Amino acid sequence: MSFDLASAIETLEGSFPGSITGTVEYRGETTVLVDKKDIAGICRTLKESFGFTFLAELTAVDYLEVKTPRFEMVYYLHRFGPEYDENVRIKLKAAVTEDDPKIDSVTPVWKGADWLEREVYDMFGIEFTGHPDPRRILMPEDYGPFPLRKDFDVRNREASKLSFEKALDQDAE
Amino acid sequence: MGVNTNSILGGDGFLTTTIEAFANWGRKNSLWPMPFGTACCAIEMMGVFASRFDLSRFGAEVARFSPRQADLMIVSGTITYKMASVCRRIYEQMPEPKWVIAMGSCTCGGGPFDSYAVVQGIDEFLPVDVYVGGCPPRPEALIDAVMKIQKKIDMEGAPVV
Repeated sequence: MSFDLASAIETLEGSFPGSITGTVEYRGETTVLVDKKDIAGICRTLKESFGFTFLAELTAVDYLEVKTPRFEMVYYLHRFGPEYDENVRIKLKAAVTEDDPKIDSVTPVWKGADWLEREVYDMFGIEFTGHPDPRRILMPEDYGPFPLRKDFDVRNREASKLSFEKALDQDAE
Repeated sequence: MGVNTNSILGGDGFLTTTIEAFANWGRKNSLWPMPFGTACCAIEMMGVFASRFDLSRFGAEVARFSPRQADLMIVSGTITYKMASVCRRIYEQMPEPKWVIAMGSCTCGGGPFDSYAVVQGIDEFLPVDVYVGGCPPRPEALIDAVMKIQKKIDMEGAPVV
């Protein structure tokens, strides 16, 4: 028995009216466009009712000067079935505006989202409400800019130098 | 250094030297490297320590992972600004006299990573003695660098601490 993705999305539309803003099929990959206010609820439903137990990837895209809203969160969810065609992967996309770069954390749903969300915060500056440990993960904690934003000059080392000098001063104390 | 051949003074019984030359001789033939391997260059560095290239022929096989027991820091691999403060602290923990080899393009000048996170050459914060180019350098190149360090030690009037 194969997994019926279309009816799963229909059920989601019923439980979260107005939050599923569209679906895109491309080369066998299903993308569900969702409203960011219900992202945690949709994820929890997909996990608990439809078996999407595995968060394969969580990332963001900066569409500066390409489209508004500027940011888009991307979630790849996977379900493992005993049958080959019950292994299904879907992609969720949620738009996040530049003025209010905040979205609900999905760490309560999948614990593995913890570091992924910290990385997205580190690189794009999108804040995750309800995250248990909302610090930077790769860059120094006192680092200012968000390097993967398109308006950041990738060769600008000034902020890194500042953090480095601060760390040196702390060592000297 | 001079070997005594005078039979009145006991033949080959002793040799004369200066403390400086004697200390340099000891230091250059018993370098204890501190491997600061952060990237792929470290793999070549391991090759240098292992049997095929065998750095022990130069008296430098005892890789010390404690900086307090080392006198040669081999910085092999990309150094980011976040790692730079760690690298600097480890360098400062090494006892004098100490030397630094910058191994690979990344440590010499940032390599291909002209980016916000990568130090463009570790000489921004460390006094480098020998630069080894290459991405990564061949083990022979690192051996050559160690030999250059040996020459440098031999030439300097290192104070006896």
